[in-house]
Amino acid sequence: MATETENGAVDAAHGAAEAGGAGMPQLEFSTFGNQIFWLVVALVIIFFVLSKIALPRIAGVLAERQGTITNDLAAAEELKQKAVEAEEAYKQALADARSEAQKIVNDAKAEIQADLDAAQAKADAEIAAKTAESEKAIAEIRDGAADSAKEVARDTVKEILGAMGFSADARTVTSAVNARTKG
Amino acid sequence: MATEAHGEETGGLVFHPLDQFIVEPLFGNAGDPVHWYTITNVTLWMALAVLAIVALFVFGSRGRAIVPTRTQSIGEILYGFTYKMVEDVAGKDAIKFFPYIMSLFMFILFANYLGLLPMSFATTSHIAVTAVLALAVFLTVTIVGFVKNGVGFLGLFWVASAPLALRPILAIIELISYFVRPVSHSIRLGGNIMAGHAVIKVFAGFAAIAAISPFAVLSITAIYGLEVLVAGVQAYVFTILTCVYLKDALHPSH
Repeated sequence: MATETENGAVDAAHGAAEAGGAGMPQLEFSTFGNQIFWLVVALVIIFFVLSKIALPRIAGVLAERQGTITNDLAAAEELKQKAVEAEEAYKQALADARSEAQKIVNDAKAEIQADLDAAQAKADAEIAAKTAESEKAIAEIRDGAADSAKEVARDTVKEILGAMGFSADARTVTSAVNARTKG
Repeated sequence: MATEAHGEETGGLVFHPLDQFIVEPLFGNAGDPVHWYTITNVTLWMALAVLAIVALFVFGSRGRAIVPTRTQSIGEILYGFTYKMVEDVAGKDAIKFFPYIMSLFMFILFANYLGLLPMSFATTSHIAVTAVLALAVFLTVTIVGFVKNGVGFLGLFWVASAPLALRPILAIIELISYFVRPVSHSIRLGGNIMAGHAVIKVFAGFAAIAAISPFAVLSITAIYGLEVLVAGVQAYVFTILTCVYLKDALHPSH
């Protein structure tokens, strides 16, 4: 192992010596011109590609996106406002409808009450009229009945007197029946 | 790459942790000279980084969707993250440098992550690359500082809140620290990436020994996890330091 390592070290030194005078490819001055030339070419290409094409394009995209986001946020805010307004309007409409319904109910109640009152009054009046009429009819019937009873009584009296052989004048009979039936 | 370069060596422990960083022509032989225009593995992996960035940001956002696709969403997250970082750290008036900072950030981020693919080449592990990035930041910041503030930019080095006697000394220290910035800025990134990749390769070398290979494989897994973190963090650190330097340039008063 020791000899191997020694060999390796010798090889390394040998290789380094072979690679260039100073041992480091970085210090191989003969390649500097080549590296610098290609570096400058590469940098110039990168600079022009970036500054003329890529960076303005990316800046544009970022600005556009920012604008879109801002617009969307504004639109969202507006829609939210509209939603709030719509809710307000809905609530208002609901309240209006409620009060309207209440009013209609009250009106209907009042109307029905009025109709009811009128019908009641009319019915009362009719009933009163009917009652009066009935009373009148009853009174007539009663009067009629009393008269009929008197007549029957007179006739009966006349018949009885006739059967017993008395003759009585009509006036006396009538007054007698009237006197009996009074009260 | 190690096996290509040193295929003739057999047996024993073979450590070539730095061979993965060798810059070599993509076409032709390994030993061919590398000219400035040669298409190398650096070219390939930088091109892949460019393509990945184009795919993510250009094709990903092709739909310009209000509700983004997954790819577009990733691009938007990176955009938002970087934009916020520039705005928070460097200030609102630094926003016009946002594409510049975004380009640096994305290049480093994608190069770091592509470099973590097995058999890939980590372009950001090279000091030549990170030094150019850091110098670009340094020069930009310095020029912007003088253009925006004129001579007032030198107020950055003149600490007005310190006692008068201390100010020249502090000015020297501030001046040195200012010029050390690109050095630390570049070595921090390059060193981190290089060290991580080299350590993985060292453990991979140990995996050849049967007795410790389970430990070596576990270590590679652990270090790889750490490197995934480092790749993101180092790109982030490079970018946020760029923003800090830019803030100094725009508002030099302490």
